[in-house]
Amino acid sequence: MGFELVVDAIDHRYGALSVLEDVSFTLRQGEILAIVGPSGCGKSTLLGILGGLLAPTRGTVSVVGPMPPDTLNPFTYIFQDFALLPWRSVAANVRLPLEHHPLSRSRRGALVADALARTGLTDFAQALPKQLSGGMRQRVGIARSLVVNPAVLLMDEPLSSLDAQTRELLMEDFEAICAREQTTGAYVTHNLEEALHMADRIMILRRRPGRIREIVSVPIPRGERRGPAVARDLHRLHEQLWSHIRAEAQIADREMTDG
Amino acid sequence: MVDVPVDGRAPTHVTFRGGGFAPVARPWISWLCFAGAILLWQAASQAGLADPLFLPSPLAIARSLNELAMSGELARHFGASLVRIGGGWVIGAAAGILVGSLIGLFSLWRSAGLPFISALFPIPKIALLPLLILWLGIGEASKVATIALGVFFPMAISTYAGVDNVPRNLIRMAQSFNVPFLRIVANVVIPGMLPSVLAGCRISASIALILVVAAEMIGANVGIGTLVLTAGNLMQTDKLMAGIVAISILGLVIGAAISWLERTLLAWR
Repeated sequence: MGFELVVDAIDHRYGALSVLEDVSFTLRQGEILAIVGPSGCGKSTLLGILGGLLAPTRGTVSVVGPMPPDTLNPFTYIFQDFALLPWRSVAANVRLPLEHHPLSRSRRGALVADALARTGLTDFAQALPKQLSGGMRQRVGIARSLVVNPAVLLMDEPLSSLDAQTRELLMEDFEAICAREQTTGAYVTHNLEEALHMADRIMILRRRPGRIREIVSVPIPRGERRGPAVARDLHRLHEQLWSHIRAEAQIADREMTDG
Repeated sequence: MVDVPVDGRAPTHVTFRGGGFAPVARPWISWLCFAGAILLWQAASQAGLADPLFLPSPLAIARSLNELAMSGELARHFGASLVRIGGGWVIGAAAGILVGSLIGLFSLWRSAGLPFISALFPIPKIALLPLLILWLGIGEASKVATIALGVFFPMAISTYAGVDNVPRNLIRMAQSFNVPFLRIVANVVIPGMLPSVLAGCRISASIALILVVAAEMIGANVGIGTLVLTAGNLMQTDKLMAGIVAISILGLVIGAAISWLERTLLAWR
């Protein structure tokens, strides 16, 4: 029996500004939940609360059931801007989360080498981040998250700062990695296509203050969402999701522009 | 193949408008201009256009510098100044980096320390020398303390600015992996603040140079400042200028050393 991440009645305010209101859901082990919604609806705030980087104004996040015993960092983030230390090599960036754990040097080296191999970075171990393309930098971010064997992967728009071609390429690899690792995760994105490829369920938040509008299941198994056979179904689902978001996104855009 | 109009109209090419605003250093021009200015100065002196009492020729200055070096006088004065600069700079920089780091890292230190720094930083530190002489005596301590005070403030300011400029996302990233506080300081904050601290070193080194000369002019028997002041009082303008050239060379050497440090420690940029 696996674990569940139970999010119960989360509210969050920044001063007088209410960003999240009464958000409750359950994330099951092995499931990826995409969180989508208009700009400013509190997606990233919610992700920060899930992993303990932000304290909610009200509500709780709790784990029910046993977490994998071999995880070195149960809640692990992948950041939109990669968050790599520019003065460290690729291998040293991936090693950072291990350095405060009581591991032997050889064990640490083996874990880093394994994470680099799983993300296709072995040949770039000694490169500095500035020498890598955006896609390769995010691979380093992914390798750094895998090295700690996370129980829950919290992904904050991991592909959004990449150009369209790189995003497409990395998304294919990312899908494969998540399937292979049987990742449990929350995936924040603006991009419905990413959500439709990566997630088992898609949670739509209303504009500020973010409240859950709907949670939609993607009826096609992950890993079988490419190719003409499923294109029509995915397109229909895309249209359905977009129709839910469109009007609110327009209003949110005007609110932000008006300041 | 380029399309050309077939009806006899003359083509008008689009004019390039994107040039300029991209200065490129050309070292040979720098050296050429520098050498040209020295030659012009020498020529003007030889032609009698400049009174050697007020503006000695470059050759006379070089001769005087050589004499000072050969007699050991230059080493004596230079050595005394270097000890003062070294002592004052090390004390001031160490204290500045420590206090700047504490201000950058802890709200309590920031609240308590910033008003003091804001109030005391604008005071010209050489104005404090008489007070420091009163407290510490006319010996080395007052001069070293003046330099240390002059170095402390820019180092503290550049250090806490450096801590402030460490991208918060890097700190959040480390926190997300439960990296302990001191490890975050060692692995994220210190490397991240280094560019600003080295910029502070450059500024504070030139301040130390100014202060040592000024302090030696006010109360010292030996030192580059004393050499310049004594030569000026005796109207030995070539010796005076030789002292200034020596200070300038010292400044260049310090600047080159900091540039080397920047290239070595900040190669990741």
